Amino acid sequence: MHRLTLLLVAMLLPGSSVLAQDAPALAHGKAVYDLWCAPCHAPGPRKHPGTAALQVLYKDEKPAVLEERLDLTPELVSFYVRNGVSIMPFFRKTEISDKDLEALGAYLARR
Amino acid sequence: MRYPPGVSQEDFEQAVQEFRSAIGDEWVFTEEADVDLYRDAYSPMWGEEEEKVPSIALAPQSAEEVQALVRICNQYRIPVYPVSTGRNLGYGGSAPVLTGSVVLDLKRMNRIIEVNEDNAYALVEPGVSYFDLYRYIQEKGLKLWIDCPDPGWGSLIGNALDHGCGYTTNPYRDHFEAHCGMEVVLASGEVVRTGMGALPNSETWQQFRWGFGPWLDGLFAQSNFGVVTKMGFWLLPAPDAYRSGSVQVMGYNDIHELVKVTAKMMYSGVLNAGTGLQSPMQFAMARNPDLQERYERANEEDIRILDEHAVANNTPFWSSQFKFYGPPAIIDASWEYTRQQFSHIPGVRFVEQEYLHFPMTHEALMETQDENHLGVPSLSVFQLGARSNFNPTGANGHLGFSPVIPMNGTAVLQSQKVLAKVLRDMGATTVFNVFPQSYHQRTFVILLGFSITRDIEANRKTRAIYRELVRVAAEHGWGEYRTHTAFMDDCAQAYSFNDNALLKLQQTLKDAIDPNGIISAGRYGIWPKHLREEQAPVPVAAQGNENTNGGNNA
Repeated sequence: MHRLTLLLVAMLLPGSSVLAQDAPALAHGKAVYDLWCAPCHAPGPRKHPGTAALQVLYKDEKPAVLEERLDLTPELVSFYVRNGVSIMPFFRKTEISDKDLEALGAYLARR
Repeated sequence: MRYPPGVSQEDFEQAVQEFRSAIGDEWVFTEEADVDLYRDAYSPMWGEEEEKVPSIALAPQSAEEVQALVRICNQYRIPVYPVSTGRNLGYGGSAPVLTGSVVLDLKRMNRIIEVNEDNAYALVEPGVSYFDLYRYIQEKGLKLWIDCPDPGWGSLIGNALDHGCGYTTNPYRDHFEAHCGMEVVLASGEVVRTGMGALPNSETWQQFRWGFGPWLDGLFAQSNFGVVTKMGFWLLPAPDAYRSGSVQVMGYNDIHELVKVTAKMMYSGVLNAGTGLQSPMQFAMARNPDLQERYERANEEDIRILDEHAVANNTPFWSSQFKFYGPPAIIDASWEYTRQQFSHIPGVRFVEQEYLHFPMTHEALMETQDENHLGVPSLSVFQLGARSNFNPTGANGHLGFSPVIPMNGTAVLQSQKVLAKVLRDMGATTVFNVFPQSYHQRTFVILLGFSITRDIEANRKTRAIYRELVRVAAEHGWGEYRTHTAFMDDCAQAYSFNDNALLKLQQTLKDAIDPNGIISAGRYGIWPKHLREEQAPVPVAAQGNENTNGGNNA
């Protein structure tokens, strides 16, 4: 398929923010998310304290599951990973490297 | 760049150059923003001058790199503080006991060196988390279970060395008890292997823990005598099935028989999983101050009224959960035996809970009552203190006070009364309850939890309460099995038989094994000789306020 066609298709797909996000980078971000974020932020508040806490915080204004959020930016993701919030601690670079964090930010901001 | 205490700026800068040569620039963290990531996110001294913070951090990738770094530290007498995954939040995280120490972050040493399915063991490095080993076993389809503590991101090695515990069966649930063989880098940089690891060509390093001669592994747990770079663990062959049920008794005084029979079942091996004691009446007491008052006073009349309330509301006074793992025929027989053993208690009830057959998918396991009890690591425990409908602001961390008490009903009731009085007198609120858990085979641990906040005054109050709890508990012969780095001196000092003879022996060993006192100064109350006078706290009994406590003013 022609690159322009691909771009147009991507722009029409709901939830796809297009451009530029190459699949390997998103896959990297998704892997970081699964490893470090999902244990607290996956769907199901009963076993996932991050999801439970965000459900209480946002009520119905925003999705409680991070992967479903439409308003996340790489900068916001980076801030919380390196500063923590509430019961969530910050993460060291031996856990989530700067490169991992960049990929994670791109993944969570993809929508 | 921050500097460690007792080291000249020139020497430290030279050492940093040598660190860079040894492990590469990328893994020497000197920028403040990077080093701040090693602060204890749950520090009860957050933002105060006394908060314990490192100077820089180093992240080696192998035991050889650890050796190189430790040799440099030893040469320049630089205090160094190894952490495995640095995730034992509530116990100090990745922050040192002595401010200015260089953190040795072993997270990159994350190799699962061997998992032997037939002989059910694993050999791992310190950076391997419970999540890592669980995923490895799942991916390979091995018929093995791990035993995990509450937070799954902890290190197997770090948790075992801190005497952490889990929830399946003996001996796996006491994580230090489940280890077999270790590799340790000493302060000199020399590598030692314990047990059968000392015998070249041995194939039983992870199967026969004693080796030959004095068994030294205990020296490296809750201490500062070396850097553990490998450790073996026994794993539980995946059981066929699991069943759980509770035994419930109606009367206040039935606690004595309930605990006595439970203990006998535990010691005889019929019950080999952890249990605990709850009171379904606690909810009624929480809503009714009169009942709570009667519970705490507990004279004959109070007990009569409490018992009447329990019967009238069909609410058992005490409840214990029993869990069995194994072939269905055996666990069914164990449950039947349990019923027989308690059947003489008038009004006793048996409530069957879960009955599971394995294997199950990960998704199905996560839907069970408590996945940690089935060897599945998670972070569910962080519900404690997280924002919730009951706690809409949430906390910034938690802290646990966990003294060891005898496994009998009298001790449970007495410790509840004594500790509750301390809490009440000091105006404390706790987030956990004061009911016991059998984290270990022959004792209970009373678990009291506190919220940590970013409010300095609130944290100071929590520290004062904690220290008072340590003092009062010690008066009754109840000592902590483990504690946050902020209270290690208090707890170590409480083990004071014969003028603190045990601590003195530990100090003698410290001086012999680590003569320059570079490794984890102050951990578990063991200070190296050059800091002992400056840092050693006054005995707990004479402490007037926390400023007299050592370990944080370097």
